[in-house]
Amino acid sequence: MQSKPIALTILDIVSVIVLGVSTYLALFFAPTEAVMGNVQRVFYFHVGTAWVGMVGFVLAAVSGIIYLITKDMKWDRIEVAAVEVSTMFFFLTIVLGSIWARPAWNTWWTWDPRLTTAAVTELIYVAYFMLRAGIEDPEKRARFGAVYTLLGGLSAPITFMVIRLFRTIHPVVIGGASAEAQGGFDMTADMRTTFFFALFAFTVLFVDFMWHRLRVGKLEEKVEQLKLKVSM
Amino acid sequence: MKTSAPSLLKATFAIVQKDLAAEFRSRELLSAMLVFSMLVILIFNFALELNIDARKSVTAGVLWTTFAFAGTLGLNRSMAVEKDRGCMDGLLLAPVDRSAIFFGKAISNLAFMLIVEAIVIPLYAMLYNETRIFQPEFLGVLLLGSIGYIAVGTLLSAMSVQTRTRDVLLPILLFPVAVPVLLASVKASGGIIANATFAEILTPLNLLIVYDVIFIAVSFMIFEFVVEE
Amino acid sequence: MIEVKKLVKRFGLKTTLRGLDFHVEPGEFVALLGPNGAGKTTFLRILASLSRPSMGNVKVAGFSLPQESAKVRARLGVVSHMPLLYPDLTAEENLQFYARMYGIADSAARITDVLNMVGLESRRRDLVRTFSRGMQQRLAIGRAVLHDPEVVLFDEPYTGLDQDASEMLDEVLRSVAAKGRTVVMTSHDLARAEDLATRFDILSRGVITASAKREDFKSTNLLDFYKKSLES
Repeated sequence: MQSKPIALTILDIVSVIVLGVSTYLALFFAPTEAVMGNVQRVFYFHVGTAWVGMVGFVLAAVSGIIYLITKDMKWDRIEVAAVEVSTMFFFLTIVLGSIWARPAWNTWWTWDPRLTTAAVTELIYVAYFMLRAGIEDPEKRARFGAVYTLLGGLSAPITFMVIRLFRTIHPVVIGGASAEAQGGFDMTADMRTTFFFALFAFTVLFVDFMWHRLRVGKLEEKVEQLKLKVSM
Repeated sequence: MKTSAPSLLKATFAIVQKDLAAEFRSRELLSAMLVFSMLVILIFNFALELNIDARKSVTAGVLWTTFAFAGTLGLNRSMAVEKDRGCMDGLLLAPVDRSAIFFGKAISNLAFMLIVEAIVIPLYAMLYNETRIFQPEFLGVLLLGSIGYIAVGTLLSAMSVQTRTRDVLLPILLFPVAVPVLLASVKASGGIIANATFAEILTPLNLLIVYDVIFIAVSFMIFEFVVEE
Repeated sequence: MIEVKKLVKRFGLKTTLRGLDFHVEPGEFVALLGPNGAGKTTFLRILASLSRPSMGNVKVAGFSLPQESAKVRARLGVVSHMPLLYPDLTAEENLQFYARMYGIADSAARITDVLNMVGLESRRRDLVRTFSRGMQQRLAIGRAVLHDPEVVLFDEPYTGLDQDASEMLDEVLRSVAAKGRTVVMTSHDLARAEDLATRFDILSRGVITASAKREDFKSTNLLDFYKKSLES
């Protein structure tokens, strides 16, 4: 029996601490935004989850390509782990975004490029899981999964660009002074600290989840191996 | 007896001719796609109250939705024919490049899609007195959109027929990945119907071309991974 | 003609072929016998270049798999329990299509020859969907030998055939083998295999456990040999 590595336990504790600090910063430390009020505080977690969701998405597509080249099952495990963790974070992003959107834009949902791309990405993930569920042979499952993450990884950016052609109301918070879109705001120094700490906290959390998921993947494989041994 | 491995072009053409000959004999796939298309348009008629005002804004959307749904029917059937009697193995056993199989299937699928479009569009124009869809620009966008949709659809149908859930899986796999091509086509063809200037439809048109180029290249490169064990 | 050394095939964690050695001289007719799940079909698919070996060397007609698979394919004919024919094309059109896929120069004469050999000359303009199972299987053999391959592989050719159809198939198989072709056939119909083959190999649990030539059988028959080699 493989016991849990100490480093992973330490990372678990660190994750909880940074997430706690990040929550404190977002709820109490950061100043209240003048126009939108307290609801703007959800923004820190919204962007944090979106960021790691994106990281997972890119990681999955890259692992898929590496799998197709090397045919090493290790990359398949990384791909599945990245997709699973990223699915969860993207879902949180969408929920948090809705909470923010209700008072800010007076609607739960808008068909804005970012929201729609996030939703389409979730659908790609769901399709990915359904595809894998329909295949028995693990090698084929890995191959098809890799092909599909690759297609998804190429399609999502174009989806984003196409939807941007239809007018957007999503604020452009980062990158440039064009925060004029409705709901945009300027960040103060304290807000910026909170913001970057949230990004950091969610990155730590992402690494922690990935590690756990990879470990589960390895254990699953071991169980399969043992089952085969018994049945022989 | 003399044999020599056929060129990519010859093998592709052989597959296309075989598909068309079989289809023109049975007409199973085309009739299913056509009847389905007409039913979808009929349902839209009641669901959207397609009067003159509404038509202006939704014609492109209605047509593209129809073709996307009918397209999955055709793609599924076309690949199931290869899978069911082991014919895909027969193709793989031939000394031809795998890309010939991809291009052959993709070109036949595109031909089926274009035939359906060529019949549905005049019917739509007649039923709704909508003659603006006969502009060459509109038909050009239709062609570009169909190419991108079929390229990625052919690849995904080769995957979906090999799964347990093959009857339902193709649209679920295809639609989220094909969102860009559908949206860009709707945007561009809708603009043409509404008499937009060329500059206005240039961006969706460019994205459509970008999508076509990327997805034809990628689908043909990774097709091998989908059919080979 | 066929050289297989230490062939291993894995599906995920499951190992189907475990270091299989196999050797066939030109002109031999080898019957590959064994219980279900022994790996017969898997092995034949690897010889047919439809599946990649996980490990080991495979040479067919002097070319290595999978590196020189295109050259192997041009010299190989395969008949499986599926017909590999298009039901909406006539017998002739099916053969014409495959003639083009193999780049056969004078296809019209060759197609007539092949149709005569399998006894379907009179039905050449009929749709394959109207053929009985036995006729389809004979046409499938015609398709497989259309390009005059040096090696022919049969995977359970008798599946789903009645007595009459099996006897007709026997004749076709004999004429295929009579041309000095190398033939490998999997079957669990021992009686039919006994009549046709010149050598019998037993495949069990992913390896060849026994091999015997036809002339070695004097007092014992194939059934005894088969039973004995599975027990050991």
